[in-house]
Amino acid sequence: MMKDSMETKLDVDAMNVKFSARDVQVHYGDTHAIKDVSVDILDNTVTAFIGPSGCGKSTFLRTLNRMNDTIDICRVQGDIYLDGMDIYDPNIDPVQLRAKVGMVFQKPNPFPKSIYDNIAYGPRIHGLARNKAELDEIVEKSLRRGAIWDEVQDRLDAPGTGLSGGQQQRLCIARAIATEPEVLLMDEPCSALDPIATAQVEELIDELKANYSVVIVTHSMQQAARVSQKTAFFHLGNLVEYNDTNEIFTNPQDSRTESYITGRIG
Amino acid sequence: MTAFPFLLLILAAVVGYAINRVAARGIRDGGSRLHSMTSYHGMYSALLVLVPVLTFILVWLALQGAVIDRLIMSGLPDGVLDGLDGGGIQLVLAEIKSIAGGQVFGTPEDWKIAASERLLTTRERADWLLIALVAVMSLALMIFARTRVKADFRARQGVEGIVTGLMIFCSVVAIFTTIGIIVSLSYETLRFLERVPLSEFLFGTNWEPQIPLREDQIAAEGAFGWLPVILGTIVITVIALVVAVPIGLFSAIYVNEFAPKKLRTIIKPLLEILAGVPTVVYGFFAILVVAPAIRSFGQSLGLDVAPNTALAAGGVMGIMLVPFISSFADDALSAVPQSLRDGALGLGATRGEMMTTVLFPAALPGIVGGVLLAVSRAIGETMIVVMAAGLIARMTINPLDSVTTVTVQIVTLLIGDTSFDNPKTLAAFALGTMLFIVTLGINIFALSFVRKYREAYD
Repeated sequence: MMKDSMETKLDVDAMNVKFSARDVQVHYGDTHAIKDVSVDILDNTVTAFIGPSGCGKSTFLRTLNRMNDTIDICRVQGDIYLDGMDIYDPNIDPVQLRAKVGMVFQKPNPFPKSIYDNIAYGPRIHGLARNKAELDEIVEKSLRRGAIWDEVQDRLDAPGTGLSGGQQQRLCIARAIATEPEVLLMDEPCSALDPIATAQVEELIDELKANYSVVIVTHSMQQAARVSQKTAFFHLGNLVEYNDTNEIFTNPQDSRTESYITGRIG
Repeated sequence: MTAFPFLLLILAAVVGYAINRVAARGIRDGGSRLHSMTSYHGMYSALLVLVPVLTFILVWLALQGAVIDRLIMSGLPDGVLDGLDGGGIQLVLAEIKSIAGGQVFGTPEDWKIAASERLLTTRERADWLLIALVAVMSLALMIFARTRVKADFRARQGVEGIVTGLMIFCSVVAIFTTIGIIVSLSYETLRFLERVPLSEFLFGTNWEPQIPLREDQIAAEGAFGWLPVILGTIVITVIALVVAVPIGLFSAIYVNEFAPKKLRTIIKPLLEILAGVPTVVYGFFAILVVAPAIRSFGQSLGLDVAPNTALAAGGVMGIMLVPFISSFADDALSAVPQSLRDGALGLGATRGEMMTTVLFPAALPGIVGGVLLAVSRAIGETMIVVMAAGLIARMTINPLDSVTTVTVQIVTLLIGDTSFDNPKTLAAFALGTMLFIVTLGINIFALSFVRKYREAYD
């Protein structure tokens, strides 16, 4: 019954699918971290991955921009398509993929450089600006979209590491935006932030969905409910349930989902 | 005999530990709550006995010889020392001591034999006196420590106080040793500067320390300008760094970021073996392999190459410094948080871009600190240059020429017949002082550089 509803849903949104994963398996050495995950992630939508610690949600997020390639013992099987293109095809350069699929990490990680150089980092290595004026423009635009321009506009030469935690995380989001990605992956972006900074980042995520497909891993079910339109629940490496966020939180189909959102497992 | 007071002391410490511990246990078992654990009560007694009595024994042993000598000499019959200078008196004392040791040459005077017998009995008495004093002091301290054992006695604070004192003492030892080195160096340097003017030493461009040691020896007047010597050191150091910095840095970058894990586990230990090669072996390598190779290669190009080239000595020294620089750079690169690597890779940077734009700048303080410490080592390195560099000081920066270094000159100046009222010998101390100042300056610079940029990332 549930499978039927999923399939109809996929058909309706077929035009709008950004990522489509089929039978993805991930192994860390002997550990089978992701089992048979198939999911379609939509454009202009915030998709939340929830689940207990160690359920594989971060691992799956990192397969989407091939960040797992940097871990020696990690093996990925199955197919993941970005706009119909197989991202694990040998002809695909992971470096170019990551320029298209930006990532924001759990802990704010600004480079020990000036705020300006942090934002300009991506555009510089990808040659997005032809001259200084264009670069200035990209930096300003990105900082504005990152909702941090007003706070830093008169100290662009100050080191990015000197900002507060919430500002650093918005700086990192602005830095990811500056390379003009199509998808933004966020791995628990608010777990190191206080409630006020969290609210600012959540507001920002909501604005970002106008231009990007946003995938966010979160431990906070309230956050998933607040910011996402789609929610995927992972448990022990399986994708247990994937549906509209409202449905997941009000009418979960699987007993494990219900146990998790009511706080009985996790 | 000398070991006996020490054994006695250790015994006293162990017994004191046991007594206090048992006493403390007795109080605890009697129902009172102890402030400190029983082992602290034991340690308190042991340390209270050990530290003062050990200090006493060491001071006693240090002074014993001098005091006994004084006693013996003052006990000699009147008049026998008349007309003798300091050296003569020392000679008499040495003779008395050798008679006491059983080595009799010729037929010594009766008063010398009597003095030697007195020496032996005095020594024996001193030994017994020391043992008695150690026993009395240990016992007194043990009893005192035992009386302190009470339920609310803060034995832990007492032990911590004594241990803190010991740690302070240990750190002060290193400082005072350094001060001692500076004092002795500068004393000899000042004596050198009494004979050779400072301006000649600092700004002279001629280094020919040939001074006649005996009145009748034929030799030229010496010249003591250190510039050609320090220039040689600089040339060899620069050559060593030109070899060591790129090789060390790139091997560190490769091992740290690009090497497969298996290769990394092979390369790192190999580099560490390189660090364990004695410098004298590097010296062999320089004179037997590198220098002839450079010479024949240079001659095949029609160049004029000296048999002892700065290039050979500097190049081999560079190889010696490679593991030094690479391990510093590797540590610095490894210390850069993984989150910065992820950040760069996540933005679509290649590993090379990540290395040059993020990791390298973040690790720069550590890398520069390592390079500057390598500079200090290159300047102070002796064995390789003694074996492979030349002896004649020239104002040249040609790497194919033979140059000499400060350390080589210090070694040659102090080898063979030396007398300490001669500028030739004293010049070694002046060079040593300058070397000390230069490396100290570089070390201070390195430390302040590292400190200044240490908090670049967090």
